[in-house]
Amino acid sequence: MSTWLLRRLVQALFVVLAMTVIVFVGVNVIGNPIDILISPDANAAERAQAIASLGLDKPLWQQYLSFLSGVLHGDLGRSFVYNEPAMRVILERLPATMELAVAAVLISILIGIPAGLYAGLRPNSWGARSLMAGSILGFSLPSFWIGLMMIMVFSVQLGWLPSTGRGATRALFGVQWSFLTRDGLVHMILPSINLALFNLSLIIRLTRAGVREALPSEYVRFARAKGLSPMRVVGVHVMKNILIPVVTVLGLEFATTIAFSVVTESIFAWPGMGKLIIDSISVLDRPVIVAYLMLIVMLFVTVNLVVDLLYVVLDPRVRLEQQG
Amino acid sequence: MSVPALEVRGLSTHFSSRAGVVRAVDDVSFTVQRGEVMGLVGESGSGKSVTGFSLLGLVDEPGRVVAGQILLEGRDIAKLSDGEMRRLRGRHIAMVFQDPMMTLNPVLRVDTQMIEAVQAHEPVSRAVARARARDALGLVGISSPEERLSAYPHQFSGGMRQRVAIAIALLHRPALIVADEPTTALDVTIQAQILSEMQDLCTRFGTALVWITHDLSVIAGLADHIAVMYAGRIVEKGTVDQVLDNPLHPYTQGLIGSVPSRTPRGERLRGIPGMTPNVLNLPVGCAFRTRCGRADAQCEEDPPEFAAEPGHAHRCFHPVAELVA
Ligand SMILES: Nc1ncnc2c1ncn2[C@@H]1O[C@H](COP(=O)(O)OP(=O)(O)O)[C@@H](O)[C@H]1O
Ligand code: SF4
Ligand SMILES: [Mg+2]
Repeated sequence: MSTWLLRRLVQALFVVLAMTVIVFVGVNVIGNPIDILISPDANAAERAQAIASLGLDKPLWQQYLSFLSGVLHGDLGRSFVYNEPAMRVILERLPATMELAVAAVLISILIGIPAGLYAGLRPNSWGARSLMAGSILGFSLPSFWIGLMMIMVFSVQLGWLPSTGRGATRALFGVQWSFLTRDGLVHMILPSINLALFNLSLIIRLTRAGVREALPSEYVRFARAKGLSPMRVVGVHVMKNILIPVVTVLGLEFATTIAFSVVTESIFAWPGMGKLIIDSISVLDRPVIVAYLMLIVMLFVTVNLVVDLLYVVLDPRVRLEQQG
Repeated sequence: MSVPALEVRGLSTHFSSRAGVVRAVDDVSFTVQRGEVMGLVGESGSGKSVTGFSLLGLVDEPGRVVAGQILLEGRDIAKLSDGEMRRLRGRHIAMVFQDPMMTLNPVLRVDTQMIEAVQAHEPVSRAVARARARDALGLVGISSPEERLSAYPHQFSGGMRQRVAIAIALLHRPALIVADEPTTALDVTIQAQILSEMQDLCTRFGTALVWITHDLSVIAGLADHIAVMYAGRIVEKGTVDQVLDNPLHPYTQGLIGSVPSRTPRGERLRGIPGMTPNVLNLPVGCAFRTRCGRADAQCEEDPPEFAAEPGHAHRCFHPVAELVA
């Protein structure tokens, strides 16, 4: 178990390292950074001085090493726009994105699993059929279009829910959160549902498929033959088997949800990382872009690691293989 | 004689599909006494499993028990509500399934699966239920049961898993256990071992055993009675000696002929010519007609049950041997 964990950690480290190379090459080598960073009407002496101060005259591997040491110290340069360390600019926006993503994941679990169970247990019912049809829409309609429609209906036409910003926030651990105030919560409703729709559809379908697969299985029939209540058969025997794929997918989707909150945040003017990165790309705020990419990589790697660990906890068969 | 552990009368279970109605079990009747073993024999697809599921009320849509009585210790359980049936299952009537790799839930520990089986029927504490589970494991020959309880099913061999399933079936000392080909997936030596151990236990607890198999040789030595099933019907039934020594139905005779140990040395194994008929399109009259060498015009009618001698019955117009009753 511990050697397995160690191996996974080393793997994760290599993934991050590989990503630093890709990000470095992507941002520093492809396209000439000098053109981006140095004013076009600077004279030759100014150019040479700027190149030296940015370290661009050094060999590429030295440039990479100093970039890497910057990454290790959390120093990814200063944002051109905010004139603050890029990492700090990003981290300031992280809570807003996080609370939106967590809300979205909670919605997909709390609605998706019961709905999927229902659809799996009553596959021919009218409700199950509508759920299945709805989930296809949730998959295939573009998120920005659904977001716009939600704003049209619930904000513009009906005027029930706000469509922009975080609303009132309150501090907890020195960070501002929307979910702590009523106004903030109301502001979260539309964007978090918009962000959740894809995962929700996924969880409904996964759960339903899991139930359909488990119900005719021998172990369910044997559980019934023991005289267990339907509650226990579904709640324990079926659920425990469904949780494995659901947790895996949810875990992997959590990182994707954060990465894709870009769209939702832009539509609902939610001041999170996603909106920041779009703004930064449009003004070529290079350090912020790099910091964002590195953060997302770290996030994916960490989440994958956690999912693997959870998987081991949930599935005894995996546990044994890893011991051996 | 006292009330039999199980008496089945005219049991019919049908599956309705778009293509038509499958009479998987059709007018089946048999009796099993306390502590006795009845072998239910027949080719794959003849309706043995569906008969077993019908006894436990485990037939799922699109199947349905459409007729018949199932008297468990004299009480008809065929028409019980779902809840009443559930309280009976696992307690008074238990089942062991064919594939030990699939019957235990792979993600739950063995103790969880045994404790829940105890607690489903008796309001005892977890500790008491666990002790019961441990004793049951010991009973079926699992060594160091205390440690094995905390294991997961995949940590057991196939034979051991089936023993766990048998231990679960025995937890409440049921009146009847239906064993649906429980050793088919196992090694031949383990098969014989498990079968004889199970027979011992059932005799000890007075539990009646319905042992389903497609292989006559498996139960020839251990069963008290045999019922031969073909296309949803019992075509012959009697004591082991009656059926094996004096098979009356041509199908039974074919089955016995295809058992290797009974074939004289040098003689080629005689199979039963032809194939199991399509269940959706059974021949009118005797379903065995298309494969039977003795068939004639009369066989286009439904053969009723004939009693050849006390306890020995068959459904054939032209039995292989005439017995004087
Ligand atoms: N779920 C089902 N739907 C339709 N037909 C079924 C179903 N289960 C069983 N049957 C029918 O019942 C017949 C008997 O099946 P089964 O009892 O499993 O045979 P055996 O156990 O003797 O091999 C099969 O031929 C099949 O056509
Ligand atoms: S009833 Fe006729 S067809 Fe059926 S087994 Fe007897 S002789 Fe053969
Ligand atoms: Mg079967």
